[in-house]
Amino acid sequence: MSLLPPFSISDLSVRYGTRLAVHNVNLDIEPNRITAVIGPSGCGKSTFLRCLNRMNDLVPGAVVSGKIFYQGEDMYAQGVDAAAVRHKIGMVFQKPNPFPKSIYDNVAYGPKLHGKRKGLDDVVEQALTRAALWDEVKDKLKSSGMSLSGGQQQRLCIARALAVEPSVLLMDEPCSSLDPIATARIEELMAELREQVTIVIVTHNMQQAARTSDTTAFFTVEVGEEGQRTGTLVELGETKTMFSTPSDSRTLNYITGRFG
Amino acid sequence: MTGLMGVALIVALVPLVAVIGYVINRGGQVVDLKFLTKNIPITDRTIGPGMKPAIIGTLVITLAATLISVPLGVLGALYLNEYGNNRRLSRVVRFFSEVMTGVPSIVMGLFVYTFVVLRTKELNGLAGALALACLMLPVIIRSSEEMLKLVPLDQREASLALGARKTTTIFRVVLPAAAPGMLSGVLLAIARAAGETAPLLFTIGVVSKANPNIFSGTNTTLSAQIFRNAASPFVGAQNRAWGAAFTLICIVFIFTVLARVVSAVLSRRSS
Repeated sequence: MSLLPPFSISDLSVRYGTRLAVHNVNLDIEPNRITAVIGPSGCGKSTFLRCLNRMNDLVPGAVVSGKIFYQGEDMYAQGVDAAAVRHKIGMVFQKPNPFPKSIYDNVAYGPKLHGKRKGLDDVVEQALTRAALWDEVKDKLKSSGMSLSGGQQQRLCIARALAVEPSVLLMDEPCSSLDPIATARIEELMAELREQVTIVIVTHNMQQAARTSDTTAFFTVEVGEEGQRTGTLVELGETKTMFSTPSDSRTLNYITGRFG
Repeated sequence: MTGLMGVALIVALVPLVAVIGYVINRGGQVVDLKFLTKNIPITDRTIGPGMKPAIIGTLVITLAATLISVPLGVLGALYLNEYGNNRRLSRVVRFFSEVMTGVPSIVMGLFVYTFVVLRTKELNGLAGALALACLMLPVIIRSSEEMLKLVPLDQREASLALGARKTTTIFRVVLPAAAPGMLSGVLLAIARAAGETAPLLFTIGVVSKANPNIFSGTNTTLSAQIFRNAASPFVGAQNRAWGAAFTLICIVFIFTVLARVVSAVLSRRSS
């Protein structure tokens, strides 16, 4: 494992057209830890996450400025292939989104994409095992991914992301559509995966951030004179410290439930 | 109110049932193996079979029209939905394909007559297939685009987030997901084309022996034969028109059932 931080972010701003969505974010994300991004709605936490694998490139009118270094390399430099970036940085979405294909084909999709033809069975088994789903689906790999329960679907999506061996896993509110039991499974899984990948998770659930993460970044939303809402980073710190003695009063107000 | 709706339904069903029933009744008496395998008699006066040239003509001309219009229509719809979004070109294409769905089919025949037949100085199956393809194209573009719109954005995102390129995502995720729905739109277009008469009137000519070669020689179809024979004063020809109508309905019916089955299998495999 390299000692370089997976992400080093400086002066990151995102605009959608003329609207400034995220303003001037500076932070480093450390390897093999779980970093939680929390904050009230509209604070740009998902937008921020989507900068880390260049998913914002796909939004018409989105302009990303500032610098993001991924393992020392400028991710947004000219000539950098966004598809290659996304290959190394996996993403799990808010709503489970398996393809309408078989469980096997869902997991094999990524490796096939990158030219893997032999040993796919092993790759699929390994990825499903890492996502703690193998035992539940090993006898029905040919049935559709859509036939699984919501929590299983989300773990299938995690397996699909892990199958291309990313070094980072970005999770965008991965439990927001799941029940508490399924949520607990995903949280256990995150704790296991931390050994192998760096995880950045956006969550609106403060307890989840407190339970699962090592580091917490708190974003807030500033309302400008004309009512425009812009997200910005307030502070970043050890999760324990952030939830007991945050240094900024806005963080304290948020975690004690006084706003947001 | 419910009673009124029931009455409306029954009234709406009357012409449908009457048409099908009458065609089956009149045509069913005429159609037998000989009818399907013999050439068309040279004079209208002759009583007796057959319709083989028209059956072959319908099949090859509709197939050719499908081969021309489906790839163009599907790729066009992919462009409109995946790349074009609100560019001027896609707005123009979308507008004109909407207008084209309403253009009377005889206009398509005239178009091909002026631009192809008058230049090549030949009536043949291909000219007819081109006219039918013009008719099918807007239907296929519109229905395929609607189906592509239904593929959720999050599936595109899932693929892109795995490092797939846009074209790969379109061909491996979007198109397979939309395929069952697109198939029924395509089928509708084929069924409509198989029954069209007007675009073929000045493009394929007429023939009494089977001509499976669409690239040369005149041709004929079931619909064209219905048109010609039904207007004839002779009973033999009139009977052949009924038989042709019955055969055509059967062909369209078989294709509809086949496509339903394929569509059901495709969507069961994916859900």
